[in-house]
Amino acid sequence: MSMSTIQNMRAIPLRTQVWRHPAFQKGMKITLSLALFVIAWELTCRIFAIPEFALPSPSKTVATIIGKWDLYAKHSMVTFIETFAGFLMAVAFGVLCAAIIVVIPVLADIIMPLLLISQLVPKVAIAPILLIWFGYGMFPKIFIAFLIAFFPIVVNTASGLASVERSLLDLARSLEASRWQVFWKFRIPVALPEMFSGMKIAITLAVIGAIIGEFVGGSSGLGYLILLANSEVDTPMAFGALVLLSIGGIALYAMVELLERLVIPWNRGSTDVRLGMGG
Amino acid sequence: MGAVDAIEIEQLSKSYPTREGDVLAIKDVTFNIRTGEFISVLGPSGCGKTTLLKVIAGLEGATEGTAKLHGAPIKGPQRKTGIVFQTPALMKWRTALANVLLPAEILGMPEAAARAKALELLELVGLKDFVNKYPHELSGGMQQRVAIARALIHKPEILLLDEPFSALDTMTRGQLNVELLRIWSESRTTSLLITHSIPEAVFLSDRVVVMTSRPAQIAEIVTIDLPRPRTAEMRVSQDFLRLIDRIGRIIGLEYV
Repeated sequence: MSMSTIQNMRAIPLRTQVWRHPAFQKGMKITLSLALFVIAWELTCRIFAIPEFALPSPSKTVATIIGKWDLYAKHSMVTFIETFAGFLMAVAFGVLCAAIIVVIPVLADIIMPLLLISQLVPKVAIAPILLIWFGYGMFPKIFIAFLIAFFPIVVNTASGLASVERSLLDLARSLEASRWQVFWKFRIPVALPEMFSGMKIAITLAVIGAIIGEFVGGSSGLGYLILLANSEVDTPMAFGALVLLSIGGIALYAMVELLERLVIPWNRGSTDVRLGMGG
Repeated sequence: MGAVDAIEIEQLSKSYPTREGDVLAIKDVTFNIRTGEFISVLGPSGCGKTTLLKVIAGLEGATEGTAKLHGAPIKGPQRKTGIVFQTPALMKWRTALANVLLPAEILGMPEAAARAKALELLELVGLKDFVNKYPHELSGGMQQRVAIARALIHKPEILLLDEPFSALDTMTRGQLNVELLRIWSESRTTSLLITHSIPEAVFLSDRVVVMTSRPAQIAEIVTIDLPRPRTAEMRVSQDFLRLIDRIGRIIGLEYV
C-alpha cells in the first residue's frame, strides 16, 4: 500500500470506460448467466414439447404469475413477513448469545450445549409440535425461521467478538479501559464483518424455515401455495411460487449485503465484493 | 520528583509455568531509567525482552523483585504508560486521526483539546496530509507512525516501544529511526525501546542494556557517549562504528 496505490485507486474511475468498470462487468456476467439459463429452459420446453404439468416453460410461468398476481402478492407478503420477522429475532437473539459467550466465558459451557441441541433437532420434526404449542397462525412459522437462522449468527459473531488482536487488548488494558469500553470500542467493530457473514447465511436459512412451517401446517404463504398447486397438479402455479420465492430470497440477501456496505465501508479493502462501489 | 528515577527495576525475575515445569524468562535484572532518558534493551530474538516491557507496562506481574515508576511500585496496568507494539495494531475502521484519539476517548479527555493534540502529533510524525486516511490506505511505516502518535496522545510519563520497526524494510526503518529521534527530542518523554538491532539501539539511546539469551540477564549496560542532538550522518562516524563493534562483541561472546 504505497502512495502510488492510493493514487491509482483514485484514477481508475476517471480513466476507464463504463464497460471496463468491475461493477458493470459483474452485472453483465450475472445477467448473461441468468439469460442463458432462461433461454435454455424455454428452448428445452419447446423443442421437446414437454407437457406443462411436468415442466412449465419460463414464459408460461411468468404468464401464470401475472395472471394470478393478487393471489401471489398476498401469499408472498405472508412468507416475506415470516422470514423477515424470524430473521430479526435471530439477529437479536444470536448477537446477545454471542456477546454473553464472549464477555462471560463461564456461561459459554452452559449456553452452548443448549444452542447446539436446538440446532441439531430437525426442524421438520419439531414443526408439528410447535404448531400444537403456538397454533396455526404466523408465529410458529416465524419461530421456525428464527430457530433455523440464529445459529450461524451466534457462531460467526462469537468468533468475531473473540478475534480482537492481542496487542489491541493489551492497549485497552494499559489504558485501564472498562469492560464496556472494550466491548463497544474494540470487540463490536472487529466482529461486524463476521456478524454480517452470519447474517447472510441466516437470511437464506430463514426463508427455508418459513417454508418448512408453511408446509407442515398453514393456510397462507408461498409454501402453502406450492403444496396446494401440487395437490391440484397445477405445476405452472407451483413454479410461479418458486420463482417469486427465489426473487424474494435474493432481494433479502441483497438487502443484508447493502446494509453491510453501509455499516462497514472500511471492510471493503478485504472483500472481493465491490459491486456498485465507486472509488 | 527530583532524585527519583522514572523507572527503577530491582532484581527482577519472571518465570512462566509450562508442562515441563517453570521456565525462567528474565533473571535478576536491575537497572534504572532517568527521567527524560532514552534507553534501549538489546538482545537476541525471543530472549524475554518483551516480557520485561510487559512487566514495566504492568500488563504482567514479576515473579521476583520490583519495578517502580517514579518511586511507586507497578502493580497493574497504568495510564501513565504509552505503548507501541511490534505490529501497528490500528483499528482498521478508524481513520488515522480517530486511531490517535482512541486513548483520549477511553480516558475521557476533553474532546476539542484531544483533537488539537492529535493533529499536532500527526504533524509531528509527518502525517499531516493523511489524518483522514484509513490504515489500509497507509504504508507499513506510516501505520507505525500513527501508532507512535497514539501512544503519545495522553502525555505518558514513559513511552514503551516493543520492537516497533522490526517488521519494516531496512530503508523505512532507518528513516523512522531518525523520525523517532526527532519526536523524542521534541517531547523528551522517558523512553524504553526493545530492539534486536544494534545500530538502532546505538543511534537512539543514552544507554543500551545488552541482554543475554534465555533466561534474559543483563550482560552489560553500555553508555552511548555520542553527542546530542544526533544526526543521521553520525551513523557512519568512527565513534558510532566503535560502539556497534563493542556491543557486537558483548553479544557475540554470549553465543560462543
